[in-house]
Amino acid sequence: MSAADRSFSENARAAVADPQLRRAMHHVKEGFIGKRAKAAARLPEFEVLRDAARDIKDHTLAHLDLYLERYEAQVIERGGQVHWCAGPAEARAAILDICRQAGARTVTKGKSMIGEEIDINAHLEAAGITPVETDLGEYIVQMRHERPSHIIAPAVHLTKDVIEADFRAQHRQFPADRSLSEVPELVDEARQVLRQRFLDADVGITGANFLVAETGSSIIVTNEGNGDLTQILPRVHIVIASLEKVVPTLEDAATILRVLARSATGQEFSTYTTVSTGPKRPDDVDGPEVYHVVLLDNGRSDLLDGPFREILRCIRCGACINHCPVYHTIGGHAYGSVYPGPIGAVLTPALEGIEAAADLPEASSFCGRCEAVCPMRIPLPKLLRHWRERAYDQRVTPGRLRAGIGLWAFFARRPALYGFVTGLAARLLRALGGRGGRLARLPLAGGWTRFRDLPAPEGRTFRSQWAAKKGARS
Amino acid sequence: MAETPIRVGLFVTCLVDLFRPSVGFAAVKLLEDAGCQVDVPAAQTCCGQPAYNSGDRADAKAIAAQVIAAFEGFDYVVAPSGSCAGMLREHYPLLFAGDAGMEARARALAGRTYELVSFLTDVRGVRAVDASFPGRVTYHDGCSGLRELGIRAQPRALLASVAGLDLTELPDSDVCCGFGGTFCVKYPDISNAMVGAKTACVAETGAKTLLAGDLGCLLNMAGKLRRDGVDVRVRHVAEVLAGMTAQPAIGDGEPG
Amino acid sequence: MSGDRERVLGSLRRGLGRGQDATADTAARTAVAQRIDRRQRGPIPARSDLNPAAQVELFETMAREQAATVVHVADPDGVPAAVADYLKAANLPPRVRVAPDPALGALPWDGQPLLEISTGRAAAEDLVSLTGAFAGIAETGTLMLRSGAEHPTTLNFLPDVHIVVLRAADVVGPYEDALDRLRSHESNGGNGGNGAMPRTVNFVTGPSRTADIEQTIQLGAHGPRRLHIILIDETD
Repeated sequence: MSAADRSFSENARAAVADPQLRRAMHHVKEGFIGKRAKAAARLPEFEVLRDAARDIKDHTLAHLDLYLERYEAQVIERGGQVHWCAGPAEARAAILDICRQAGARTVTKGKSMIGEEIDINAHLEAAGITPVETDLGEYIVQMRHERPSHIIAPAVHLTKDVIEADFRAQHRQFPADRSLSEVPELVDEARQVLRQRFLDADVGITGANFLVAETGSSIIVTNEGNGDLTQILPRVHIVIASLEKVVPTLEDAATILRVLARSATGQEFSTYTTVSTGPKRPDDVDGPEVYHVVLLDNGRSDLLDGPFREILRCIRCGACINHCPVYHTIGGHAYGSVYPGPIGAVLTPALEGIEAAADLPEASSFCGRCEAVCPMRIPLPKLLRHWRERAYDQRVTPGRLRAGIGLWAFFARRPALYGFVTGLAARLLRALGGRGGRLARLPLAGGWTRFRDLPAPEGRTFRSQWAAKKGARS
Repeated sequence: MAETPIRVGLFVTCLVDLFRPSVGFAAVKLLEDAGCQVDVPAAQTCCGQPAYNSGDRADAKAIAAQVIAAFEGFDYVVAPSGSCAGMLREHYPLLFAGDAGMEARARALAGRTYELVSFLTDVRGVRAVDASFPGRVTYHDGCSGLRELGIRAQPRALLASVAGLDLTELPDSDVCCGFGGTFCVKYPDISNAMVGAKTACVAETGAKTLLAGDLGCLLNMAGKLRRDGVDVRVRHVAEVLAGMTAQPAIGDGEPG
Repeated sequence: MSGDRERVLGSLRRGLGRGQDATADTAARTAVAQRIDRRQRGPIPARSDLNPAAQVELFETMAREQAATVVHVADPDGVPAAVADYLKAANLPPRVRVAPDPALGALPWDGQPLLEISTGRAAAEDLVSLTGAFAGIAETGTLMLRSGAEHPTTLNFLPDVHIVVLRAADVVGPYEDALDRLRSHESNGGNGGNGAMPRTVNFVTGPSRTADIEQTIQLGAHGPRRLHIILIDETD
């Protein structure tokens, strides 16, 4: 999705007015927040582990070149191949090349946000290769020709009645009068359909939650088991991962894993954590014959030097999204970016440029809940503010807002003048408010008064009353 | 012999100054009752958040420098707002990072700055107030006070000492009310949905009075409640703690 | 794609200020080498710091919490009967695809004549699999399954029901203890003797599940619908 089809304000307005979306988003609030709190409370070491996880990533990022070299050497040593890709085009070309060499007709995919970032499905289709998303949520959004609206719960914007209608329209092989209104029935039907797809696929593409420099391993974390079926059944396994996924050792991965599932879904540990190292060994009776890693930069290396390095600590748990009241209100699609919510509002300007995504860092009330739950202690509000500063400095911030802030600051920097003007404003607004004590409409304040009354001032500013009192006292 | 009085500079905040001076006088009373000598430097306007949060760092720094200069020489700086106190405490030092002289002054100010209610309890050891406010109230935790300054127990502790007051916890009291400074006018639709969810929680409590420690949140919630015609009065927590509740609640007209 | 290798690494090095200070660069290399060699542990949750019997108990509690079922047998000879009993109670056909693991092959299967046993990797039609486990991790009730000739990975994911035989003696406290065991196994000839990781290590905690529809947890998304653990109590 590019900046061209993004109009955040309009998307947000439409989202707020969508009753089906409001119903669906209710499940985000109910599903994630309490579970995370419970999981965190159950582990006395949780806060210490957050510190340790942050420190691991900080150390790794400070030595990212060296750890990636070590990782690459280990992958090659174990019989795999590493493809370094500067941007999405290079990554797509690398993947397409591998698929063509394998003579691939269908490709199964585990859930991967990097896959979304490089828009791999569209390019595989254009090359005559059928990509099949196998994560249930991804499968549903692929069926609907949509994008995931959440990085770990792609179909969270949908209610089961919508999914039932989609399944009935798409799964024509089943009797039309079957019962399909309950979650177990939907899950079971998807299981049946996808089972054959797993067996038929020529290539399996998965993402990676971690790359381990010590061993050359990639690690995926899933609950469904789809990522594993994706990578063990086809002849070729492609891992697509961005640079910052690397950690030094398996012990480091273990530390971060302890905060990952708890922050994401509130689970003690995800159902499947799989460590993969190269292709099948001579005496293995199953597993892929070929193992490729497509390593994507896409602007991340540029973030090392500057205020945004901390965003590279992100492990994509989704906790910031789950706890964001703005996300709860508008859902993921309104952001118009691959990554929604607070993480997306920081990451998207880095990937696409601030001029293309200036409205996203603005879409926050700076309530700080995201930072409070981020397992990697990423100061998301601070980074959002940095983007606002970039936008302001580069004059990307809308002229009206700049003018308003400029005018306000002109007075705020002159206390005597400010006192005079606010004194007038207090009396004027008080008069306008009349006996009701509030204003239902006010020129230039439509943003406020469209939905809210403006409580009227009491009449005289505090500072003028204080000065008068003090004068009387002395 | 009287001890040397504790000199507190009241950072009244731009919203209290303009909209609700009675919160400022309630703060003065509470501080004086806690043994402080209060003054209000004339050279204050705003903490600078509108500029700071809009990316206008230059103006934010100019305003911050003005605040730092105005409040040098006080033992403490106290604001009846978690948001503004958080700005002085947490963000001023960041604004001047790298500028050794100013950073040191910003840190000195930050170390002396408190939000009103937490100052009373944590610094002055106030355990109870002499006030009465019969009826059921509920309390909204402003985001900055809660998450930047860790203010949660303090207002509840003092409210518990108000005669006749029955505090019912607000569901989702830690969720943003949708004010967010300029956010509420930049994205009115989102902000409205957020404050709508908030006022629905308020209604759920059955409380007839909603309290909070930040006038921004209070104006937002009061504006929504008044627009929707919900019968809940809205006040700053300082008014109740100071026993100064004679004036109409926020957004209410004169009686009669 | 080799062209991008230098481009990406060059950008990383620029971002990290490499090449400006030789001493700092050397120190960075040393720090990386040491970090990998030391395999330093992070904070280990105290919850699994228990005696062996209590660790087994914790493992069982946590595994059950994640919807696995657990039964105990006194010694390996009790496994075939436990398998047969489980299938019968679950109303499943008495057919099992067993991992080509000599330890499993040596069990007294002939005592269960009704049980149809075959050996090898899993195929689509296999309903029930039986494998060993390299370790059990008490901290979260997690099984550690190591791929190899004796343990095809397909058995862990394709069948509807996965039965795992775990020796109580192989239950450890935290993940890190299991990793230590794994490394020691690999350096002692576990995988060609070069100390490398096996192709796959699966950490499995309960049966497959999804919450992708309305946040409702549903078991059996793509992997096994049931995970049944047979714990061999005998400690040697």
